[in-house]
Amino acid sequence: MRHDGAILWLKPFVARPIALAGLGILLATVLAAAFAHWLAPYDPYAIDPMIRLTPPNAAHWFGTDQFGRDTLSRVIQSARMALLIGSGVVVFALATGVPIGVLSALFPRLGHVLMRMVDVLMAFPALLLALGLIVILGPSVANAILAIGVGYMTTTTRIVYGLTLRLRAETYVEASRSMGAGTLWLIGKHILPNLVSPLLVQASFVFAFAQLGAASLDFLGLGAPPEIPSWGNMLAESRTFITRAPWLLFFPGMMIVATAFSLNLVGDALRDRLDPRFRQVFGEKG
Amino acid sequence: MSGDAILEIRDLKVSFRVRRAGRKYQVQAVDGASLSLAEGEVLGIVGESGCGKTTVGRSIVGLVQPDSGAISFRGGEMIGAGGTKLREMRLNVRMVFQDPYASLNPRRTIGDAVAEAGDINGFFKSRAERSAAISATLTAVGLDPSFAARYPYELSGGQRQRVGIARAILPTPSIVIADEPVSALDVSVQAQVLNLMMDLREELRLSMLFISHDLGVIGQISSRVAVMYMGRIVEQAATRAVLDQPLHPYTRALVAAIPKPDPTKRILGAIETGEPPSLFKRPPGCAYAARCPLASDRCLVDVPQLRPAGTDGRAVACHNV
Repeated sequence: MRHDGAILWLKPFVARPIALAGLGILLATVLAAAFAHWLAPYDPYAIDPMIRLTPPNAAHWFGTDQFGRDTLSRVIQSARMALLIGSGVVVFALATGVPIGVLSALFPRLGHVLMRMVDVLMAFPALLLALGLIVILGPSVANAILAIGVGYMTTTTRIVYGLTLRLRAETYVEASRSMGAGTLWLIGKHILPNLVSPLLVQASFVFAFAQLGAASLDFLGLGAPPEIPSWGNMLAESRTFITRAPWLLFFPGMMIVATAFSLNLVGDALRDRLDPRFRQVFGEKG
Repeated sequence: MSGDAILEIRDLKVSFRVRRAGRKYQVQAVDGASLSLAEGEVLGIVGESGCGKTTVGRSIVGLVQPDSGAISFRGGEMIGAGGTKLREMRLNVRMVFQDPYASLNPRRTIGDAVAEAGDINGFFKSRAERSAAISATLTAVGLDPSFAARYPYELSGGQRQRVGIARAILPTPSIVIADEPVSALDVSVQAQVLNLMMDLREELRLSMLFISHDLGVIGQISSRVAVMYMGRIVEQAATRAVLDQPLHPYTRALVAAIPKPDPTKRILGAIETGEPPSLFKRPPGCAYAARCPLASDRCLVDVPQLRPAGTDGRAVACHNV
């Protein structure tokens, strides 16, 4: 793998316009979250009963909600929560899944115990597991991250476990062992560097599914507290107005779909870039 | 021979537990092999796939745990050693692997690969010393020092194997165990790599255990040969003696299989038939009996032991020669 080739990383995106579009949406979301204060035309919290439930118009592009708050401003503000939950879940899934997976593969006895526990967790549907945990822990942003994260910790662990089992048997790992390398050396110099690419792909998918999970929890009132704008909360608050003010659901709903979809596109492109079977297509030596 | 032996293996036994179709099997990969490697000598181990020759090499560098037997380096026991003693042995007994594509981490530079043994064991005192050592070692194996910053995928098979050799000689060991170091290479490259190994052996005064299935290659590089079959050593002698006058019927078959420039000079009548018996079901007598043209009734029940045959430390394990 070249380390000097930013161009090579962009190749699979350039070769596929739809992946480039995904990258664009993702970038727009990140910018929206970073510059929400400047981008939002109104204060996302400002109530104005005089203009409640206004359809989209020149002054309020996405209309207003039942309290007269500007929907566009709230949609932009919500990008922050989306990225916070997404990155929180990715960090949690990697921080737990990587050590558990690597150690399980290197120490088979420990692995037998840990991987069976992971199997038990995997038997629950991710959303059901998240709901159960929230019921136990109580709703909050941190708990939402934890609850969704546990579900993706299991898949991350599985992937890391499988890859480490394969890496452990590589000749270069044996060569290292034959020269007296200890476990820490093998993990740091041989295993982790080879996990980076597949985990990058995994992270982008986890991020995407975390969006959907967070929206689901918010919609059920079990995610971010209702006073914090998030796409899921916006859907939950305005669902009773679906016939009178469909724009209240359309815009946040579109944002959930768009971010999750764009992350999947990016993940696909990354996977193609990193899968050696596709690498020839993009003109790099195996 | 055993007086100045730098590496001595006695009655080494290695088995693997294998699960197949729910049943557990024990495969005896090495079944009582004894060898001694003299200071400065190149000892070839030859035999077909699955005969246990690689397992012998892997046992020496600690990649597999033997069931029983002894491996001593300069008189010190290697099995079960620990601490600084083990560290010293790991640095002194090094391995060159067969597949130059699989034996280098695609994510580490050539320089990191070459310096790995030193890095693991805290051999280098400064960065400058480390990079100087890498440059010198790369030069010694015929590569430009600028290769240190490159990644394996930028190299050809032959260049990679040179890196594999460089990795085994920094810091300079006493013994190099070369496990089929040229069998994955093109014939033209094979010769270059073999010549390089011969030169390095001379320069660095290495003792070498050269494992190969190819008697032709062994004949070029080693002074003595041990022939392995089904986990046992069946013949051990000076290379010339083995090539000119093989005693054990299995050795004869191997020698006969070496391609000759003049086909009329091939040793006829020694071409073997069939395949070795399953490692799961080892026959009670000589493991070679089923394929052997000389097999007698005794061979089916009595395992032949390695016994001296002639001069020069020659030994053979056969009832009928």
